[in-house]
Amino acid sequence: MSTNMTSLPVTLLAVPAAKNGRLSAFLRQPTFVAGLLILGVVMTLACVADLLYPGDPQDLVGPPLLWPFQKTEFQLGTDSLGRDIAAGLVHGARVSLIIGFSAASIGLLIGTLVGAVGGYFGGLADNVLVRVTELFQTVPAFLLVVVIVAIGEPSLKVIALAIGIASWPTIARLVRAQFRSLREQDFVMAARSLGYSDTRIIFVEILPNALPPVVVTASVMVAGAILTETGLSFLNMGDPNVVSWGSMIGDGREMLRTAWFLTALPGTATALTVLALNLIGDGLNEIFNPRMRER
Amino acid sequence: MQLLDVENLQTSYHSHGRILRAVDDVSFTVGKGETVGLVGESGCGKSTLGKTILRLVPSSAGQIRFSGADIAPLSGKALIPYRRRMQMIFQDPFGSLNPRQTVRTLLDTALKVHRLGDVTERTRRINETIDRVGLPRTALSRYPHEFSGGQRQRIGIARALILEPELIVCDEPVSALDVSIQAQILNLLVDLKRDLGLSYLFISHDMSVVRYFTDRVLVMYLGRIVESGSYETLWSNPRHPYTRALIDAVPSYDAQKKRTAVVLKGDLPSASQVPSGCRFRLRCRFAQERCSDEEPALRRMPSGQSVACHFA
Repeated sequence: MSTNMTSLPVTLLAVPAAKNGRLSAFLRQPTFVAGLLILGVVMTLACVADLLYPGDPQDLVGPPLLWPFQKTEFQLGTDSLGRDIAAGLVHGARVSLIIGFSAASIGLLIGTLVGAVGGYFGGLADNVLVRVTELFQTVPAFLLVVVIVAIGEPSLKVIALAIGIASWPTIARLVRAQFRSLREQDFVMAARSLGYSDTRIIFVEILPNALPPVVVTASVMVAGAILTETGLSFLNMGDPNVVSWGSMIGDGREMLRTAWFLTALPGTATALTVLALNLIGDGLNEIFNPRMRER
Repeated sequence: MQLLDVENLQTSYHSHGRILRAVDDVSFTVGKGETVGLVGESGCGKSTLGKTILRLVPSSAGQIRFSGADIAPLSGKALIPYRRRMQMIFQDPFGSLNPRQTVRTLLDTALKVHRLGDVTERTRRINETIDRVGLPRTALSRYPHEFSGGQRQRIGIARALILEPELIVCDEPVSALDVSIQAQILNLLVDLKRDLGLSYLFISHDMSVVRYFTDRVLVMYLGRIVESGSYETLWSNPRHPYTRALIDAVPSYDAQKKRTAVVLKGDLPSASQVPSGCRFRLRCRFAQERCSDEEPALRRMPSGQSVACHFA
């Protein structure tokens, strides 16, 4: 062993204090905050729907075709059958959000599993899974949803499942790409040299690092699912037992020229919610951007 | 019995129908408590050799005997007891630590996976290891991005030590660090070796770093070992023109030496198109006709080293 080595003392090196910049990064983005606020209002209304408007929103409660602000009892008016529009909007918010979040969760679950397994193991498993993903992508998503709902029954569960099944390929491709680049990283090598199992490496080591772009996409997926459900209900293929924004738009279509508020109100609600989710997605994208963290 | 005994090891990749031998017929040993340096240019297969020995990359032929047992054919669960006994320190202190785990999690997971002790025992081992690498215990609750390069490399060393291995493959552990930090990390590695009786396979492209450190040196060129011997012998009397060029590449204040220095021409050829005969001949200024016909074998010299050159 050589003797001319300078013997520097191993000092207790100063470790910088933990930075707490995440919260301020959130709040510095007005569009992200606006998205959160809108979604927050919609969610709150959906949660307290039964308190605000007890009873079934499909009940005929007043005279038909009241315009908004015409009567204090029905602030947003009534439709052609005398159903309260405000009650429909609030209860419809619940349906839209349930569908949106459960469909996105199903899509996330399938997509993450398929993408992670294919991207991590590569080879034959990857080849097969990529082909299956491409097969799903060749079918127009909305058509696939229509077919699945037509084969099954138009219940909330089946609709959510159908939208989830139609939307997982996007997530699968994203997760696969992330896994393919992350599995080459040295920290994955290190995990392997420590004797970790493949399952642990996939879910504990790699997945948390692959999540940021997936979370961003998921928020947009929720918005997409809400739109798909609205489209289904507009085509009268939604769950007939619940009021949703899509079915309200569909019902008001005939009277578009005389009573345009019947379609405009649920349409605005849909647009605002989808906009809010997209704003949140954009905001998350910025927040997860590694260059943001340095500031 | 040697701690590590590698015999005729080969690692090949298949790429576009061609076979690429990143490691080609390599044999060497690492004894208990010994440090063996592995030197060569980027892309010559040193890292692949290190990873093959640790079974992170599959080998295609040959034996890797670890304290007597051939681990080359093992896979899955059968490898786990050996994983504990050999570890790796990586070159890039930024990519080698999971950015989403605190230092404590990083170290604790390894102990949990190998079922080593209960909570108090694991805490004791973690504290002991973090003290050993010269980091304060407050570092345990921090994430990797909160540390500097040198500190991160200490965390990487702590992770390699936590399972108390016998052999550590150091894959260019200081080449990504500032020169001032390099000396600190090298000193730490020397101290650890002395205190824990570790054996190192020390991979580097820089002869001057290897000088601080190693008992024996292997010089690798295009997947093969072209010269091996004790560090002193190689430094004072390199017999292979490639070793000579590597030594001459170390910066020196000696003007006389600079004038006679051998500078390598050209780039390392692709491992998928190895030249016929001696694989160094295209860049060798002594190359003759014989070199393109006949591949030189690794021969033992009277001066103590082994050289693969016809004219050594």
